[in-house]
Amino acid sequence: MMIAQKSIKLITVLVFSLFPLFAAAEKDSEGQSDDKEFDASELINSHIGDSHEFHIADWNGHPISFYLPVILWTDNGLTFFSSEKFHHDNKGQHVVEANGQEFVRYNEVIFYKNKFEKLSEEEKGAFNFDARPLDFSITKLVFSMLMASIILFLLFLAVAKSYKKNDKAPKGIAGFLEPLVVFVRDDIAIPNIGEKKYAKYMPYLLTIFFFIWINNVIGLIPFFPFSSNLTGNIFFTFVLSVITFLITTFSGNKDYWSHVFAPPVPKALYPIMIPIEIIGLITKPFALMIRLFANITAGHIIILSLISLIFIFKSIFIAPISGVFVLFMSILEMLVAVLQAYVFTLLSALYIGQAVAEHDHH
Amino acid sequence: MNFTAPESLIFWTTLIFIIFFFLLKKYAWKPILGAVKGREEAINNALESAENAKKEMQNVTADSERLLKEARAEREAMLREARDIKDKIVADAKEQSKVEGDKIIAQAQATIESEKKAAVADIKNQVANLSVEIAEKVIKEQLSNKDKQLKLVEDMLGDIKLN
Repeated sequence: MMIAQKSIKLITVLVFSLFPLFAAAEKDSEGQSDDKEFDASELINSHIGDSHEFHIADWNGHPISFYLPVILWTDNGLTFFSSEKFHHDNKGQHVVEANGQEFVRYNEVIFYKNKFEKLSEEEKGAFNFDARPLDFSITKLVFSMLMASIILFLLFLAVAKSYKKNDKAPKGIAGFLEPLVVFVRDDIAIPNIGEKKYAKYMPYLLTIFFFIWINNVIGLIPFFPFSSNLTGNIFFTFVLSVITFLITTFSGNKDYWSHVFAPPVPKALYPIMIPIEIIGLITKPFALMIRLFANITAGHIIILSLISLIFIFKSIFIAPISGVFVLFMSILEMLVAVLQAYVFTLLSALYIGQAVAEHDHH
Repeated sequence: MNFTAPESLIFWTTLIFIIFFFLLKKYAWKPILGAVKGREEAINNALESAENAKKEMQNVTADSERLLKEARAEREAMLREARDIKDKIVADAKEQSKVEGDKIIAQAQATIESEKKAAVADIKNQVANLSVEIAEKVIKEQLSNKDKQLKLVEDMLGDIKLN
């Protein structure tokens, strides 16, 4: 048995380390025909960022994509069309006509065609709201988030239903997920918020824990319909940390606010202390936002960089080394995925706990 | 990193997360947490009742042991009492028989004494009568002649002198 297991492991490692080899061979032949210089930063940026279509693979030099709907809030009202209309153009050259207006796409940002032409290179950014319509498209990340939500919802619905039939020890999927739910309750919520008040915040803590975890894991699976870097997107982490901030702020009791606006220091120091305390309120969710974003994005960048090494060196002999490192990083990232979900939930619980804590008056 | 339209992701994340949160809260977390809590309570109750049953068992055992001990003590006491009563009866009987015997003996002695006294008195009377008769006869015979009478008087006088 042991020998069999070992040899299976060895074969698995070999196969995985050889995968990039085949990929490299394919890419090399393409590279020669395209005669295009490989740009690692462009590849990495496009992989960790968002996009209007879900790129699945390239076939004979033609990209195969899953086209997602583009929803624009233009000067003429809402406009819908498929991202297929851009014909994979991301350089602002292919013009799409919809609802009597013309749009171009440049680095995944959709501009009005007439305004885009007047822009300088620096002005062609996502924050140039004058030159572009508001974009509420179902992008790759939104699609991924919807999918994750549906998977999680169905999963926990099944767990909830299993309790109706079975009031004894949990079995099946409930047996796997219940210890995690109990872990969030006993090791995150109760120690940080307290026995009396934790129950109110349990649904939120459970939701963010499983939501972040599943999205982290989805980001690590390297093929369609997964592989999106949702939790490594700063806007996503921004929204989650804002929600934690709002819950903390609205849960804050008298002690919490008196600590902010009437700290236990001489009154002369108030002009310094109060701004510091207010900054302190904001830095907590800010740290949450940056921590999750940076950890997950860093993991993706490392894996993509290791794969890019093969194309940078243009040698298939790098492939096994890259493969082993990628395998190692992927396993590490599996750990980081659950760890970051845990940390986000733990810190949210800690902040809520600080806001609702009953202090003894000295 | 491509900052594709921040408003898109912020809008959809907020919307999806909030809907997702409320759906999960209603259809998943409430029943799951309820079931987990319910089961924990059931387990705690079961453990508690087992503990109570154990205590009760201990109480019952202690009770029966106590009863046994009491019964044993009672038996002991009864035995002791019986023995005491027996001893007392025996002692009483002994004493009573002794008293009775003594009484009988005393009565017998008294009777004997009185009989003896009566007999002695009777004997004295008879002896006295006999003595008087003898003395009468002797005196009658001795005083039949003068000489003898004179001799007697002399003897008597001689006796007196001697005294």
